[in-house]
Amino acid sequence: MTARPFEARSMGTALDRVDGREKVTGRATYAVEHDADLDEAPLHAWLVTSTTASGRVLRVDAAEALAHPHVVTVLDHTNAPRLADTEDRELAVLQDDRIGFRGQIVAVVLAETSEAAREGARLVRVHQEAADASVSLDGAETYAPEEANGGFEAATDQGDFDAAWAAAPVQLEQTYSTPLEFNNPMEPHAATALWRDGSLTLWDSTQAVHGVASTLAPMLGISQDRVRVQAPYIGGGFGSKGLPHGPEMAVALAARWADGRPVKLAVTRQQMFGLTGYRTRTVSHLRIGAEPDGRITALEHAAVGQSSAVKEFVEQTAVPARMMYAASSLRTSHRVAALDVAVPSWMRAPGEMPGMFALEVAMDDLAEATGIDPIELRERNEPEVDPETGNPYNNRRLVECLHRGADLFGWQDRPAEPRATLDGDWWVGTGVASATYPASFAPGNTARIIALDGGRYEVSIGAVDLGTGSRTVLLQIAADALGVDPEAIDLALADTDLPMATVAGGSSGTSSWGTAIAQTAQQFRADHGEHPDPGVETTTTTDGYPSTDHALHSFGAVFAEARVHRLTGEVRVPRLLGVYSVGRVINPMTARSQLLGGLTMGLSAALFEDAYQDPRFGHVVTQDLASYHVAAHADVRDLQVEWLDDVDELATPMGSRGIGEIGIVGTSAAILNAASHATGVRVRDLPATPDVFSS
Amino acid sequence: MRELTYEVPATAEEAVAKVTGDEQARFLGGGTNLVDHLKLGVSTPKVLVDISRLPFDAVEQTDDGLRIGTNVRNSDLAAHPLVRSGWPGLSRALLAGASGQLRNQATTGGNLLQRTRCVYFQDITTPCNKREPGSGCSAIEGYGRHNALLGTSEACVATHPSDMAVALVALNATVVVLGPDGERRIPVADLHTLPGHHPEVETTLAHGELITHVELPVTTLAKRSTYYKARDRASYAFALVSAAAALSIEDGVVADVALAWGGVAHKPWRASRAEEALRGQPLEESAIASAVDEELRDAVTGPDNDYKRALLRGVTTAALSRLAPTEVSR
Ligand SMILES: Cc1cc2nc3c(=O)[nH]c(=O)nc-3n(C[C@H](O)[C@H](O)[C@H](O)COP(=O)(O)OP(=O)(O)OC[C@H]3O[C@@H](n4cnc5c(N)ncnc54)[C@H](O)[C@@H]3O)c2cc1C
Ligand code: SF4
Repeated sequence: MTARPFEARSMGTALDRVDGREKVTGRATYAVEHDADLDEAPLHAWLVTSTTASGRVLRVDAAEALAHPHVVTVLDHTNAPRLADTEDRELAVLQDDRIGFRGQIVAVVLAETSEAAREGARLVRVHQEAADASVSLDGAETYAPEEANGGFEAATDQGDFDAAWAAAPVQLEQTYSTPLEFNNPMEPHAATALWRDGSLTLWDSTQAVHGVASTLAPMLGISQDRVRVQAPYIGGGFGSKGLPHGPEMAVALAARWADGRPVKLAVTRQQMFGLTGYRTRTVSHLRIGAEPDGRITALEHAAVGQSSAVKEFVEQTAVPARMMYAASSLRTSHRVAALDVAVPSWMRAPGEMPGMFALEVAMDDLAEATGIDPIELRERNEPEVDPETGNPYNNRRLVECLHRGADLFGWQDRPAEPRATLDGDWWVGTGVASATYPASFAPGNTARIIALDGGRYEVSIGAVDLGTGSRTVLLQIAADALGVDPEAIDLALADTDLPMATVAGGSSGTSSWGTAIAQTAQQFRADHGEHPDPGVETTTTTDGYPSTDHALHSFGAVFAEARVHRLTGEVRVPRLLGVYSVGRVINPMTARSQLLGGLTMGLSAALFEDAYQDPRFGHVVTQDLASYHVAAHADVRDLQVEWLDDVDELATPMGSRGIGEIGIVGTSAAILNAASHATGVRVRDLPATPDVFSS
Repeated sequence: MRELTYEVPATAEEAVAKVTGDEQARFLGGGTNLVDHLKLGVSTPKVLVDISRLPFDAVEQTDDGLRIGTNVRNSDLAAHPLVRSGWPGLSRALLAGASGQLRNQATTGGNLLQRTRCVYFQDITTPCNKREPGSGCSAIEGYGRHNALLGTSEACVATHPSDMAVALVALNATVVVLGPDGERRIPVADLHTLPGHHPEVETTLAHGELITHVELPVTTLAKRSTYYKARDRASYAFALVSAAAALSIEDGVVADVALAWGGVAHKPWRASRAEEALRGQPLEESAIASAVDEELRDAVTGPDNDYKRALLRGVTTAALSRLAPTEVSR
């Protein structure tokens, strides 16, 4: 069967976070806080990393470390347990002497205490032979990948771009760039591992318990049912915990070595800048040809990104340009350089975040070039159908978002000319940008419902709540799908012993898991009726739900006010507003948090985040939160979000679409557009730090 | 982290004796800087002598001004009514530093002696002359946004990170130091050194000398003092550059001015040439800009920190404008 839409009763209400109390009282147990579940005191692991970007490990001299009274062993590529499959070089830690980037795991110290493990790591001497390394995207050789992240085509070409461009009365050709950015969730990557009787148990900080098990098991040479992964509480991930990374394999190998004794590993903040993924630097070359009235006739987005020679990652930067605006000719492409650097991965809204940054600053450039109001310009380029597929949209309400936002923000009072308002020592400006995110859906999710005594139900699915509120929202979905109160549901999550769930990523979690729960609830009622005997159960797996003949997307409009100090170039953002069309909002409280968080992260990217990867060494040297700045409280001022009344039953039976990522999309562009409006200085590279405006 | 012993001396003399007699011993104040360094392996002492419980925790009024015990926490010092009224620039500088939690923990002496935030200094896998003399300086050709532009050497271009120290230099403060041979006084302006060939040497203190107090002279100029810090984010960021200033205007011209900069050198930088250029002049933005340029005559910048020239004009103008009785003409 396929799920059917169902009545919203709890959905749409602000049910308190069901795990709120555990979290604020410190009782929620994170990945290295499971000692109560262990029958033996764990060993502590510490990672030793390479200090050359390319080359070989000649010898790991552990003598001094082993002389430390509390150090138990030092594992390196000569003595670590062997993997059955080493194709994935990011995960094949300690399997050979090759060094693929600076900061790669080259040894693991195991000790009785965390302090001794750290000191042991300091005492390990790693003799390395350095080879020539290529670590800088600037001037690097690039290649056209086969596909981009998310399985998107790497390049597309519709209509005759060259002819349309040549004929365009208005031509805009500019380059926009975003730097290396790091996810930096509050809880660093961490895990507790226990290897016993040939099976691995992992308490992991991950966004996908089944994903970790299905990736690690074949590499470890054991069947997947011998790997159990649990992730009851996660201190954020923003995509960096969506896929397993080297540290998870390192702790699994350490546990295998320790056979029977648990091992704990917490990655340091500094190590997270080498081992747990990041947003690649992106350089977007845009060419936009338009009529004098602003209508786009030719649009080209050519994106270049940094990838790693260890493992390919292609940020799908040019993908949003394929569907965002009407253009009779449209060309997109991706190229990457395979450098001797850490492996990039997912960071909140991969593709959309840097891609829409480029496109939406370009739209402001075009507004300036044609003298058309930025909102009006976007309206004039509103497509009738999806430019990429020709399909109708499910629910494209971008223009309504722009209009509603303009009203709320007071857009009509905006001076058309830049550099028009000086308030004290601050230049003041406002800017706008569109946001979009696909309504992603991952098939293959399984949910199980068991009738309990007293009209209660146990609902189980292996989904992970990485801190977003999934536990609460899934409870609401389950309650409404079964037609009972949320209190009647016992929800079990985040364990591979539960039915299979896909990753909490791509804003697909609630949609995909929720659909599985809804489908199972409906099947359960069909199987067992309204008054089931305790003990009866139903399990179903989704293969699809969303309409296949519509283009399914969410939209939004972001408005920013920026103030730039005329003497120091300091930039402050007193007001930020996002208006979204995201389908039904299942829980206004957790949804608001997601959108506010997305806006904050977009603000952070606009003004602060900038990892400096040293071209001589190949690693990021701004590797802590004092030198890699994320927005602090004082930066986040009047932040407002609103959403349109929406129900999108083409996307999910709940009528909802995902909301985890859209808040970061377009936000940096709106802020930079506002800063340009304030100062008359156009900035096309993130971030806009004071030095950009002060000179 | 290297294993170490932790000691709590009963008296200042005992603390001094313990550290003086042991090259491997360090004083521990609030620990917000030193403990990070222990974890990172930047500092590997064998003995920590915790001075934070010694009875130097009062702000006292003296005949000539204020006497601040080294263990007065940054937050308490910033909030002290006498400081706020008599030396408002110091209060502002303290509040511009770090975060509420850190200021609650950080001590006066520890703040003065906190070490550079140069990213290579803190990363033991990269060469750094300050951490490992003779190994080379990674910052000169590397991440250069925070590099110094005044008083630099080929060995080191690091900046001193303290906001408080910049204000203390502008306000002519003195540190009181206890050594094995007794007490001595050093102007804060002479406490920190330029890197020269020995960036590992950062102050004029001998190993084992303990800062017990900071003394602030009372002046009318200090009452009109302020601090302006330019930084990337609105709080919780080290200065790109900063200015501590005190100003008196008489008959429409600058009668007296004190000016010190942060984020420009290995020490808090007293901008005496700029002060000289401003004295006797009407306070106009153009005059301030030329005075700043005068101070920067010997500055050496690269592409990554050249912005600091313009930014120094900006923060100096912003700071002085705040103190001017009437609007500063542009
Ligand atoms: C994330 C972060 C952000 C920060 N931002 C800022 C900022 O914006 N501006 C700013 O100014 N600071 C900032 N700081 C630094 C902070 O101000 C210092 O860490 C703090 O002032 C140090 O004081 P402490 O008492 O903790 O020193 P400790 O760490 O205890 O000691 C520092 C040094 O001083 C020595 N020492 C301490 N007391 C004495 C004494 N009485 N006599 C002799 N030697 C002594 C110690 O041996 C050690 O070498 C920041 C720190 C952090 C971690
Ligand atoms: S600037 Fe100074 S502290 Fe920084 S790397 Fe060079 S020598 Fe070390």
